[in-house]
Formats: sequence, C-alpha cells, structure tokens
Amino acid sequence: MSAAEVSSIQQVVKPISGPGALTGDSRRFFNLTWTLSVLDFRMKFFGSVLGYLWQLMKPILLFGVMLFVFTKAVRLGTSVYQYPVVLLSGIVMFTFFAESTGSAVSSVVDREGIVRKIHFPRLVIPLSVVLTAYFNFVLNFAAVVIFMLARGVEIRWSWLEIIPLILFLGAFSTGLAMILSSLYVRFRDVRPIWEVALQAIFYGSAIFYPIENIPSLRLQHLIMCNPLAAVVQQVRHAVIDPNAPTAGQAIGGDVYLLIPISIVVVLVVGGFWWFNREAPRIAEEL
Amino acid sequence: MSTPAPAVVVDGVSKRFRIPHERVHTLKETLLHPFRRSGHDDLQALRSVSFAVQPGEFFGIVGRNGSGKSTLLKCMAGIYKVDHGDIYVNGRMATFIELGVGFNPDLAAHDNILLNAVMLGLSPSEARERVDRVIDFAELHEFKELKLKNYSSGMHVRLAFSVMIQVDADVLLIDEVLAVGDAAFQQKCFDEFHRLREERKTILFVTHDMAAVRRFCGRALALERGEIVAIGNPEAVSDEYLKLNFPEEALAASVTGDGEVKDQDAVILDAWFEDEDGTRHEYLPQGRPCAFRASVCFNREVEDPSFELMIRDEENRNVFGTSTTWADERTGTFAAGDRTVFGVSFENLFATGRYHATLQVARRGGGQVLLDRRERVATFVSTGPRNTGGLVDLPHDVEVKRGTVAPEETTA
Repeated sequence: MSAAEVSSIQQVVKPISGPGALTGDSRRFFNLTWTLSVLDFRMKFFGSVLGYLWQLMKPILLFGVMLFVFTKAVRLGTSVYQYPVVLLSGIVMFTFFAESTGSAVSSVVDREGIVRKIHFPRLVIPLSVVLTAYFNFVLNFAAVVIFMLARGVEIRWSWLEIIPLILFLGAFSTGLAMILSSLYVRFRDVRPIWEVALQAIFYGSAIFYPIENIPSLRLQHLIMCNPLAAVVQQVRHAVIDPNAPTAGQAIGGDVYLLIPISIVVVLVVGGFWWFNREAPRIAEEL
Repeated sequence: MSTPAPAVVVDGVSKRFRIPHERVHTLKETLLHPFRRSGHDDLQALRSVSFAVQPGEFFGIVGRNGSGKSTLLKCMAGIYKVDHGDIYVNGRMATFIELGVGFNPDLAAHDNILLNAVMLGLSPSEARERVDRVIDFAELHEFKELKLKNYSSGMHVRLAFSVMIQVDADVLLIDEVLAVGDAAFQQKCFDEFHRLREERKTILFVTHDMAAVRRFCGRALALERGEIVAIGNPEAVSDEYLKLNFPEEALAASVTGDGEVKDQDAVILDAWFEDEDGTRHEYLPQGRPCAFRASVCFNREVEDPSFELMIRDEENRNVFGTSTTWADERTGTFAAGDRTVFGVSFENLFATGRYHATLQVARRGGGQVLLDRRERVATFVSTGPRNTGGLVDLPHDVEVKRGTVAPEETTA
C-alpha cells in the first residue's frame, strides 16, 4: 500500500471511529432506538394470548394487595383523599421506573449478539429500553385515567404538568439505565444489588403513604430529595388532589427542588460520560 | 488526482487484547479488594496491518484460526476499537460477521427484515420498501408471516443472505457465509456476488475455504499471528496459507511417527516428490515430468510386496492412483534389513493446487496383508499459470474455426 492511497482516501473520508455511545448520524440513532423498542413492545404485547393484560396485571396486583393492607389492615390510607387513585398512579409511575431501570441492567448483555457483530451506537440499547417502558407507561396510565374519572376526580388544566414530570422521571431512569447497563457488563452482581435498591426506593418514595403523615419534617424533606418521590408527589398535587402539598412544599421550599433536579442532571451527564467511556470496550468484555 | 480513491484503506492497524488471569465478575469482590491487581496476558491480535482495497475489488482474507482475521474484520466493522492506526472506508459499509445477526426468533420474517435492515443503516421507510424484494429473493413468500423460530435453518440462512444482498451497501464485509442453502440457492448467491462485482461494489471476504478464494477473489491476503504474510494473487496467497496449515515439520513427523502400522514387516521410512532433475521439491510445475519416491525398509523376508500409491487433492478426492499389482510386476524378494526405493514417474497433469500422497505396502497374495500404510505421506503443490477449475489439466488444443465444416470433409 502506498502513501498516495492513504492520502487519496483521506481527502474523501475520515477514519472510521470505533464503537461508541453515539457514533453515526442522529437519524440512524433515532431510527434504531425507535425500531428496537417498537418491536420489543410489540413482542410483549402480542407475545402471549393475554398480552397487554399481563403487562397491566403486575401493577394491578400490587395495587390490590396494598389497597387491602393499607385501608383494611393498617388504615394508613383512610385519611387520604382518593387514596386508591393516589396509590394506583404512584404504583404505575414506580412500575415505569422499575421496568426501565430493571430491564436496562442486563439489556446490553442480552443483546450481546448484535453488540459483538454490528457497528451501531451503543447508547441505542439502554435508550430503547426506556422508550419501551414509556410505551407501557402510556397504556398503564390510560387505565389510571379511566379509574380516576370513574372515581370522580376532576379534570383540570394542571393535568398537563404530567408531561414534563414524566419526561423528568424518564431522564432519571435514563441516567441510571446508562450506568447500570454498562456496569452489568463487568459486574454481574449489579442485578441483585439493583433489585434490592428498587425495593428500598419503592418504600422510600411516599407511594403508599402520604408524605405529610411522616412525623419528622427533616425525614419528609429527605424523602423528597429522591426524584421519583418528588415526581409522585407533584403528580398527586397536580392531577388528583389540589389540596395535597406540592413537591416544593413537601421538600420545604421550591428552591430545594434543585436537589432532585441536580441529582437527575448529574445522573444523566455522569451516566452518559460513563457509558461513553465504557462503550468501546463492551464488545471485548462480553 | 487521477486515480480514484480506494474503497478501503487499513493503515498500520494494531490491536491488542488484555486477558486477565483472573476475572473479577462482581462488584463485591472489586470493592472488597480494591487494590488487588491480577496479572494479565497480552495477546497481540494484529500487528500494524496495512493494505488498501480498490473499489469493485473482491478481496479475500485468509488465515488459520487465531491468526487475527476476524479481529481485523471486526476492527474494520467498527466493533473493536483499534489501538493504533486508522481505517478508512469510502461509502456505506455493511458487515456480516454472521448471517442474521439480531434476528429475533419471536418475530415474523417481515419484522426481522425491518430490524435487520435498520441495523445495517437503512431508514425504516427504505427498509419497508425492501421487505418484498428480500422475501422474493429468499423465495419465502408462503412463510412471510411465520415466526422465525419456526423456520428451518436453511430458510433462516436464505433470509439472512437476502437481507444482506438487498441493503445496497457499497462495501460489504463478509465472514465465512458462503456455505448457505441448497445448491440452487447457492448458485443464486454466486450469481449475486458476480452482479455485485459488476456494480463495482467492494467485497471483503474472510474465509478458510481456499477454493472460494480462488474462485471469487481478485486479490487476497493471508494473516498469520496478526501479520500479513502474503498479499496479492489469490493463487500465491492460498499456497502460502496451505504451507502454514501443513508445515513441513508436521509432515515429516507424520512420516517418522508411528502411523497405523498393521504389521512391522515393512516400514515406510520416508516419501517425497521430486522434480525432473531428481531433487526433492514441494512445488512442481504443470506439464513437466516429476516423480514420487518412497524409501521402505523390510524387517523380515517378504516376497514380491506390492506398492500402492493414491494421490488425493485437498478435498480428499482421489485424483490418481497406481499399483505394482496392476502391472503384474514381480517386485522381487527382500530379506530382513533390506531397503528399497519405490518410485512412480509421471508427467504433472494435475490442476493447480495441493495434493497428498497415500502409500501402502502389502504382501502379495490372495488376501492382502497390509505391511505399512501412511496417509498423507508426502505432499506437493502443482503450480501453473491458470486455474481451470478441473481436477486435471490435460494437454489439449483449443480451436475455433470460422464457418461450418466443409461438406467434402465430412463425406470423406
């Protein structure tokens, strides 16, 4: 090979980049993410006879058990306005969070076949998992809305707040998905660790108990630092019960909302940095 | 610039893998022993490999297992990050490290085609347009809505190959995928390869199959331990590859080592091919006289032993065989300790390629008693200017005459 050949091709194209989080053009990135999650969703949806019902079953079952325990056994929820609706919407949001991060953990390893054999932006994998979880969320939330209307919750303009709130929650999930999926390539105990963490987050997110019932104000504020708890609280205020405290009130002042916001920003930026750093080696580590 | 830019340039690419002695698979271990560093081995998979492929070339990459050829392909495909050097690819590239990558068994053929095409860089609308063409080419119309898990492996491969052909990439990287489908479909694939070549698509093709390299490739390179050992004409490269695969030491060992000796009354000590001057040679030019010779030692008295030689090609087809029994030759009586040289002189009419000789010595008589038999006792490469594709290259004349044969000649 001559130097002339190198220089002549240098004039036409740049050297190919190795594997990375975001290689290639953005259109392909979007197409791939979209196609992967649509097919994934379709498979879950049409994969079994009951399809969507199964998808809905998990949150509904959890909801049924919790509703029984906290209205009949412990009576934690009896004082709360529209407790069943609060509980169901909280569970559906948690399900979105748990599903997106939980299936993100092994997503890159599960798609080993393509990771080791095709060049494509690696970030597509965790992102498509989050997108699939969004599809499920939309369906589940539609069920919640029907339930709310049936229970006589008023339709208000503030319902629109749900869109930025869920996008915020999605950003939280995405940041974690990037970190978890790339960590799992190297450390297989990430999965049990994350399962335990999800349990802890569920109990610590004011989903089945009203935040204002926590005796210690300091603890209330601490719980609200969790982005999931903040979103759940704000949805409760904006969608279900205008008399419930807003996330800002529950954390002790709107300015403190900067804490959950910066947690999400740090996770997204840091997660991307980490994933991007790990991406070139993923195919070799598998 | 007068000459067009090459399609692919690989410029001094090196790739090293670190293989840790002990792999830590859990966070727990990492956190408990943060300072423990286990040693690791370095595996230099590629050592400053450089070559250029021109547009429209059908370029073969051959090498033994572990020679680095798949690593090279994966670096070119952008799956591995190279440590040094640059790779340039001019045009859209599609890689086929394996056929049907990313096929999902729970989805119908239709969806899998979409997924695969998008993976390979098409937009969803472009992919949708091609679905029918892919299914047409694969001849899988009746099975369009069938889930892939219910496909036979042949149908699977046909579908995958069809997707690959239909994505219209400018540069195709293909890893050992030629052995696909039944004979008719294979022919279709070969035709398709020729069509791609005519469309000046560039194809880089990794394989073990020397016959395929000779058949398709315009140029080839052989890798060994991550370095290019031969590049250029596919004939020369495949010879080099064969030399690497069957090194002479190994052949010598097979001769002196204990083979499947039925009876120790005679032992084949050595065997070789020689050229017309009587010197041992591995490379024999076509159309020249040459000979096979073997030295045999007798441990007991043997009367009129028979010698049988069979020459096989690389695919183990018998190409030529001879025996002293057919000539009804009295080979004479040998006493214990006698040595003899058995020889077959012939004109090299073999087609180009590598051949192996199998020799056996037997006691003459009704029921043949095998005294010694050695498979692949000697090997030679028939060299010539062209590859005819046949087993032998008979001396012949080719003539083309204008018009028909004159009537008086036919009646005469």
